[in-house]
Amino acid sequence: MQFINEARSLVKENIRDYGMYIALFVIMLTFSIMTDGLFMSSRNISNLLDSTGYIAVLAVGMTLVIVIRHIDLSVGFAAGFLGAITAILLTKMGMPIYATIPIILVLGIVIGLFNGLLIARYAIPSFVATLAGMLIFRGALLQVTEQTGTIIIKDDAFNAIGNGFIPSLMVVNGLHLLSLILGLISILFYVYSEISTRRNKIKYQFDVVSKGIFSIKLVFVSAIIAYVTYILAGYNGFSWTVVIMLLVVIAYHFLTTKTVLGRHIYAVGSNPEAAHLSGINVNKITYIVFGSMGMLAALSGILFTSRLQSATTTAGTLFELDAIAAAYVGGVSSAGGVGKVTGAIIGAIVMASLSSGMNLLGVGVSTQYIIRGGVLVGAVLFDVMTRKKRG
Amino acid sequence: MSGYILEMNQISKEFTGVKALSNVNFKVEKGEIHCLIGENGAGKSTLMKVLSGVYPYGTYEGDIVFEGSVQQFNKISDSVKTGIVIIYQELALFPDLTVYENIFVGNEVKRGNLVDWNQTIRQAKEMLKRVGLDVNPETLVKDLSVGKQQLVEIAKALSKDVKLLILDEPTAALNEDDSENLLNLLGELKNQGITSIMISHKLKEVIAIADHATVLRDGKTICTLDASKGEITENVIIKNMVGRDIDDIYPKRPDKKIGEKILEMSNWSAYSTELGRYVVKDVNFNIKKGEIVGIAGLMGSGRTELALSVFGNPKNYKLEGQLKVAGAVKTFKHTSDAIKSGIAYVTEDRKGDGLFLIQDIKNNITAANLNSVADNGVINENEEVKRAGEYKQSMYIKASSLEQTVGNLSGGNQQKVSLGKWLFVGPKLLILDEPTRGIDVGAKFEIYTIMNKLIDQGMSIIMISSELGEVLGMSDRVYVMAEGKIKGELPIEEASQESIMQLATQ
Repeated sequence: MQFINEARSLVKENIRDYGMYIALFVIMLTFSIMTDGLFMSSRNISNLLDSTGYIAVLAVGMTLVIVIRHIDLSVGFAAGFLGAITAILLTKMGMPIYATIPIILVLGIVIGLFNGLLIARYAIPSFVATLAGMLIFRGALLQVTEQTGTIIIKDDAFNAIGNGFIPSLMVVNGLHLLSLILGLISILFYVYSEISTRRNKIKYQFDVVSKGIFSIKLVFVSAIIAYVTYILAGYNGFSWTVVIMLLVVIAYHFLTTKTVLGRHIYAVGSNPEAAHLSGINVNKITYIVFGSMGMLAALSGILFTSRLQSATTTAGTLFELDAIAAAYVGGVSSAGGVGKVTGAIIGAIVMASLSSGMNLLGVGVSTQYIIRGGVLVGAVLFDVMTRKKRG
Repeated sequence: MSGYILEMNQISKEFTGVKALSNVNFKVEKGEIHCLIGENGAGKSTLMKVLSGVYPYGTYEGDIVFEGSVQQFNKISDSVKTGIVIIYQELALFPDLTVYENIFVGNEVKRGNLVDWNQTIRQAKEMLKRVGLDVNPETLVKDLSVGKQQLVEIAKALSKDVKLLILDEPTAALNEDDSENLLNLLGELKNQGITSIMISHKLKEVIAIADHATVLRDGKTICTLDASKGEITENVIIKNMVGRDIDDIYPKRPDKKIGEKILEMSNWSAYSTELGRYVVKDVNFNIKKGEIVGIAGLMGSGRTELALSVFGNPKNYKLEGQLKVAGAVKTFKHTSDAIKSGIAYVTEDRKGDGLFLIQDIKNNITAANLNSVADNGVINENEEVKRAGEYKQSMYIKASSLEQTVGNLSGGNQQKVSLGKWLFVGPKLLILDEPTRGIDVGAKFEIYTIMNKLIDQGMSIIMISSELGEVLGMSDRVYVMAEGKIKGELPIEEASQESIMQLATQ
C-alpha cells in the first residue's frame, strides 16, 4: 500500500516531466496497432531516428535559446548555407573531411556569436535580429549555389555521417554485435551511475525513493534501452546520426543539469534582473547560448547535407520552425527558465513519429500538417494547464 | 466655506490579515486644498484607491459621501464620471502620442462616430491655457520635461470636468521651479472652484498651500489640522506623523566591536541617462566593520540608487567620485566584481529582481556563489543540498523541503531565502534594502536576530529603510537622504523620529 502511495505521489509530482514520454508511448503504440507492427519494425525506427537527427540537434540548441527568453529564426537557413559551404569545401576546394567539419562548426559558432552581439550588446529583439539572419542566409545559400545548382558530394566518409552505420563486427542471429555491445554498455553505465548517485545521497543522509521504486525504475529504463538497441541491431545497427545525436544530448544534458554554466543559463531565463544582481553576466550567457545554437545549426547542416549527399538550393527551409515546435512539444516555456534538453529530443522524435506513422498509413501531406499543428497546440496546452494547477 | 464636498466616514480596508485602514474619517471642504500626510505605509494611497474605485464598493467598509450623496464606485471610470480624478506619481501618459491626444484619450471629442481632431486640438489649447502650459498641442509627450508632463495630466483631468483633483506626491520628481509652478497652479485652480487633495512628503509645500491637512498613521486618522487656526506647522505635523513608541521588537546587541572603515564614498554622484538627472549627488558616506548604518529617507530619495551605484552599477549610471573598499580605490564594472570584493545587496523588490521565483529554495540560495559547491564548473549536487540545507536552518526558513518552489513561499520566508542567498556568498558588507517590507512581525524579529548574529561575526550592514522604528532600533549611525543627497548624518543617540523626518522632508 505504501509502495502504491509513493508511486502515485511520484507520478503526480512529475506528471509534467513524464507527460511527453507518455505521449510518445501512446503515439508509437497507436501507430504500431494501426500498421500491424510495421511502425515498430527495425527498418522504420532506424529511418525515423536518422531523419530526425538534423532537427533534433537544432531543437536542443533552440531549447536553451527559448529558456533564456529568446528565439532564433536564422538557424534553418544558416544550416542550409553552412551545408552548402561544406559541400563546396569538400568538392571544389578538395578539403579533407576532418578539416572541413571543424571549420564549419567554428563558422557556425561565429554566426551564433554575431546574433548574440546584436541581441545582447545592441538590444535588438531576437525575433527581429534572427529574422534578418534568416533572410541573409537564405540569400547567401542561393548565391553560393547559384552557378552550380545542387552540389553533389562523392566523399563516402562524409556521406556516411547521414547514411552510414557503425561497423557491426559480426552478425549474430541477424543482430549487429557492436550495436548490441554498445547497448549493453549503456545499460551498465546507466545502472552504475544511478546506484552511485543513490549511494551518495544516502551517505549525505538525504531522502531517496524506496528500494522497490528504485529497482522498478532501473529495470524499466534498462528495458527501454535494451528494446531500442534490439530493434536497431536488427536492421543495420546504430547509425552515425543516432550516435551523434546521442552524444549531443548527453553533452548538453550534462551541461544543463550538472554545471555552473547550466544553472546560470536557467537563472537568466527565470529572472534576468535577479541574475544580473546575483553577479551573473547575462550578456555572456546570451553569447554562449547563441554561440552554441550556431554550432548546432552547423552540425544540423552537416547532417542534412550528408543525408542528401548533396547541397541543394532549398536546404534548411522551415528547419527553424520544426526545431521550435519540437522544443515546445518537449516542454520548454516561452516565459523562460523552464525546459529540458531531453525533452527537446523527445519532442523531435514525437514530431518525426507523427510524420512517419502517417506516411505509413498513407495520410496526405495536407492532413499531416493539420495534425502536427494540433499536436503542437495540445502539447503547449497541456504544459500551461499543469503549470496552472501547480502554481 | 461652503460645506464638505467629500466625506469618507469610518473607512476600513483589510488585506488578507493586515488592516490597512481602520475607521478612517476624512472630510474635504469644497474649494479647498487639503493635504494628506503620513509615513510610507500609513495608508494614504490605500485611502485614495478606495476613493477612486480601484478597490470597488463592497471590498471596504464605510461610506463615501460626495456632494451630499453616498457613492458606490465599482471601477475607476465611475469615480471619474462623478468628477473625481486622481493623478498618480507614475504618470499615466502615452509618451509617443501628442499632447492633445493624451489630453483626450478615452474621452475623445467626436462628431458622429469619428474623432473630430480639429475640435480636439482647439479644446486642448484651451485646457493648456488653463494650466498655464505654453506648448504646441502637437508636441509628443515624451519630448516634454516631467514638470510639463505633470501639467498635461492636470489638463487631462480638467477636460473631464473635474470637481475633486487628487495628486499623489506631484512634486516628488520635479525640480524646484517646476514644483513652485505646480503649487501656484493648484492655487489658481482653487480660485476656479476646483477642490484638490494633495499627498505630499514635503512639509514646506504643505505649509505653503494647505487649507487643511489630515495626518494618517498606521491606517488611522490621527488629526486634521486647520491652517486658518495656525495649526499647520512643521513641528505639529512631524509629531503627529511619527508619534508612536518604538516597539520592543529590536533585539539588543550588548557588546559592539567597531573596527576599520570597510567602505567609503567621497563626492559620489550617479547620473541616470535614462531619467536625465542625477539620482545620487555628492554623497560622502562610510561604514566601519561591525557597524549597522541606517539610510533613512522617503521613497524616491535616492537610497536604492545609491546602493546600486556601489553594487557594480547594474543600471549603468554615469558615476563620479571615489569609492574605497577596505582602503583600496575600486571601480566595479559588473555586479560580480562587487560580489568578489565582499559586497552583497539584498534588493528592495524581492519578487521583481531578487529571487528566481520558479526555481526551488536550493537553487536560489546557491545562485550567487555556485562555484563554492562546484569543481571545475561541475556542481557537486550533494554538497550543494547539504550547504543550502544549513542555510535553510540557520535562516529559520519554514518550508517542507529545499525543493519547494520559492514563488509559493510567504513574503517573510522569501525574504529569508533572499538573505540566505547573499550570506551564502560570505560577504563582508551586506546592503539590505527595505529588509522587512511586507512581512509580519514574527519574521521581522527573526531577520533582526539574524542581522545581529552577522554583526557578531564581523560583518557590516547598511540598512536602507522607510520604517523609522527599524532604523532607530537597529542602527549604530543614521544617514538621512533626500533628493539624491545626504541631508544629514546622525549618531544613534541624536537620532529621533522627529530629527530624521525633519531632514528627510527638507
